[in-house]
Amino acid sequence: MEVIDTTSYADSVTATLVEELCLRFENEVIAVQSYCDGIPVLWLKRDGLIIVMQYLRQSASIRFQMLFDITAIDERVRVNRQGQPESDFTVTYHLMSFTHNCDIRLKVALLDADLVMPTISNLWPNANWYERECWDMFGITFAGHPNLTRIMLPPTWKGHPLRKDHPARATEMEPYSLSAERQIVEQEALRFNPEEWGMRRDSKNSEFMFLNLGPNHPSVHGVFRIALQLDGEILVDAVPDIGYHHRGAEKMAERQTWHTFIPYTDRIDYLGGVMNNLPYVMAVEKMAGIVVPERVKVIRVMLCEMFRIASHLLFYGTFAQDVGQLSPVFYMFVDRERVFNIIESICGARMHPGWFRIGGVAQDLPNGWDKAIRELLDFMPARLRDYDSMVMNNGILKRRTQGVGAYGVKEAMDWGITGSGLRACGMEYDFRKQRPYSGYENFEFEVPIAVNGDCYDRCAVRVEEIRQSLRIIRQCVDNMPSGPYKSAHPLTTPPLKEKSKLDIETLINHFLSVSWGPVIPPNEVTMTIEATKGLSSYYLVSDGSTGSYRTRIRTPSFAHLQMIPQISRGFMVADLIAIIASIDFVMADVDR
Amino acid sequence: MVWEVGSPLSIGAILFTVIIVAAMLIWVERRLLGLWQERLGPNRVGPFGLLQVVADMIKIFAKEDWVPPFADKFSFVLAPPIIMFVILMSFTVIPFAPGVGVIDSDVGVLFVLAMASLGAYSVMLGGLASNNKYALLGSLRAAAQMVSYEVFMGISLLGVVALTGSFNLRDIVIAQTDGWFIIPQFIGFLIFMIAGIAESHRLPFDIPEAEQEIVAGYHTEYSGMKFGMFFVGEYLGVLLISSLLVVLFFGGWLGPAFLPPIVWFVLKTSFFIAFFILLRAAIPRPRYDQLMTYGWLFLLPLSLLNLMITGAFVLWQEGGM
Repeated sequence: MEVIDTTSYADSVTATLVEELCLRFENEVIAVQSYCDGIPVLWLKRDGLIIVMQYLRQSASIRFQMLFDITAIDERVRVNRQGQPESDFTVTYHLMSFTHNCDIRLKVALLDADLVMPTISNLWPNANWYERECWDMFGITFAGHPNLTRIMLPPTWKGHPLRKDHPARATEMEPYSLSAERQIVEQEALRFNPEEWGMRRDSKNSEFMFLNLGPNHPSVHGVFRIALQLDGEILVDAVPDIGYHHRGAEKMAERQTWHTFIPYTDRIDYLGGVMNNLPYVMAVEKMAGIVVPERVKVIRVMLCEMFRIASHLLFYGTFAQDVGQLSPVFYMFVDRERVFNIIESICGARMHPGWFRIGGVAQDLPNGWDKAIRELLDFMPARLRDYDSMVMNNGILKRRTQGVGAYGVKEAMDWGITGSGLRACGMEYDFRKQRPYSGYENFEFEVPIAVNGDCYDRCAVRVEEIRQSLRIIRQCVDNMPSGPYKSAHPLTTPPLKEKSKLDIETLINHFLSVSWGPVIPPNEVTMTIEATKGLSSYYLVSDGSTGSYRTRIRTPSFAHLQMIPQISRGFMVADLIAIIASIDFVMADVDR
Repeated sequence: MVWEVGSPLSIGAILFTVIIVAAMLIWVERRLLGLWQERLGPNRVGPFGLLQVVADMIKIFAKEDWVPPFADKFSFVLAPPIIMFVILMSFTVIPFAPGVGVIDSDVGVLFVLAMASLGAYSVMLGGLASNNKYALLGSLRAAAQMVSYEVFMGISLLGVVALTGSFNLRDIVIAQTDGWFIIPQFIGFLIFMIAGIAESHRLPFDIPEAEQEIVAGYHTEYSGMKFGMFFVGEYLGVLLISSLLVVLFFGGWLGPAFLPPIVWFVLKTSFFIAFFILLRAAIPRPRYDQLMTYGWLFLLPLSLLNLMITGAFVLWQEGGM
């Protein structure tokens, strides 16, 4: 197996931790493995999970502050498992340490007859939704979970879609029809019953009003529902309900080839464009052992930062709009249009170019590509100053957003908050600095932070990030390396044409890698990037085939929405709107 | 003479003009907002998009006249005409120019305030009859906001009334021949303008219909012509408040003689309409409780202070004479 490890940031640190854990928990740890991403994988006995988790959180030499992800793998038809313990369903836990800047993955093997796990939602509050998702998608029960119900799919759904025996295409299922009786059943399942949402109908003094905000509402930015329990206009509770934008992207990844899944990633965080391609192609490249040329890295960074600006501008405008300011969004859309014009001139498409490729990018930069970018770089700073005086220095906006929806670093880590939401409460943590990828270590930029962690600060951090992105783009334009726009590695897709017409063998190889796509060696990898909204991560499992065996997309928005009840109780309806605007989520990024 | 206050021709012309202007304001606002927001606004139907209003009218008249089954039908249908009616009634006492007006009332100021208070019923009835929670929140907000701001609105006008010694709007204009009331009554002007925006619930005080928070507030369930009446009613409100500002503080039709009085009135009113639209483009919306606190703790004492100083001034002047 060819593995080229490019991230050795924490290897020696985690090695001692793994030794420590093996010694201390010799009865609980079944096996230790490592894959090309350098994250140690510990197989645990089911009964040992809680104590190991507790130890890792509270008293290990390296403490893990954040539960980054929980997911599962249906192992029943997987080949090339390379000495992994016998398992039908594997539940994997991904923990992240901010103090030591490293990760660890814990796995628990479950057999088909006994798909029960202990819940860790009392240890990590954000485990709640992740465990619900696991139950929804795989049918794994989490004993002791407070509310183990469907989260993505409708309450009446039969089956668990990420199981390998669940159909992946509509043509594999019976044609959908909705009879009158069935409709009644479906309607009845949607009936709102406050008790099921953990709400009481009245208190000693008053009767509560329940307000259904969404799934279609002007301020929920997509299809997102929040059930509100109101006392007058004061929020007693606000319970988010997601899943209206669920398209089964992870399931689609299993039926697409490595190459043909790239355009689907664009549509995960649909404001992030090619930035979504990046963690995916870098993950595949790491498994394939492809090292991309410098020019590719810089082109990728440049386009990602373009999309960061476009996404932040949209956030900025809608944030102002949601607190009632009508105009800024129009100015910012004009700027966004400029950014998209540049992206279109380079990629040929605007919002979802799907332009990164395994081992490179789709084409080289066009002639004269830098002219429009330089114009943008000269144009934007003055506009941003205007926006500061229009939005950020506006007294009414300050009174609406300062002190609203605030949380601290500890809370943020408990709930898995990353990105600007984490930086706004004073944690200087940016993946581009902490664990540079795609050559970010070569750029000069600051990581803006704020101290209060309220709506205003979350916006202020993003505004400053636009400036830093402009700075990065200027460095890209000034120092664009020459060289090829894709790697010469044989697994590069599409493969280099020059190598194809030498003899019949090269022609056949070329034909196969274009028609079937590349065969990626068996491996597992997690690739995380600092996306527009926080840490976006792809966890890919290859069993040596032309497509992914399991693709897990850990998105920042999913984690952020789970925190809404926590930070909005006691505020007014108008404040809730400011809070959800300041979170900056995209429903496609939540539901996938 | 046919052109005198209260003649049928005068009444007809004023009614027609006011409604047409209010409808055209929809186009004016969209074009002006477009200008200020780096975009074009409606420019496709007719020259400069002027016929957009006609197209909208055709659409709105051709829409199904829909009353939701869960609504209280009687009040639901009653609510939109009320707002049209009360605002149009308010226009009867506005002195547009010498000889142009519907009635010359000695209680003009009081009449306008009374009609404005009735406008609150339209919004409250609309929200309650809809039987929709968003509409309910909207009408609760509207009731609180309109009732509070009416208080300051009334008090802010009393300075002008004290200076003139009359509730007759025509007398108030004539009393400004030597100087507009904007100078002695600047504070009154500011308070009246703020209260006026709150009365016509336009951004930044569009809390009863805050789109981002409560969808469309009290008119969430309305569509077709019934929505159209709320919509035109809002623009009638803008027109009314602008006319009142001109009459009370900016000398009404008074101006240098090279233009006829009615033109001066129209020009001054247009300025305030444009100003209201600019405000909408520029300012975010305060929170409901912030607006109420601002009103009761800041505007109310200020308007009382203004009234007391004006009263003292008037008494002092009378004593001095």
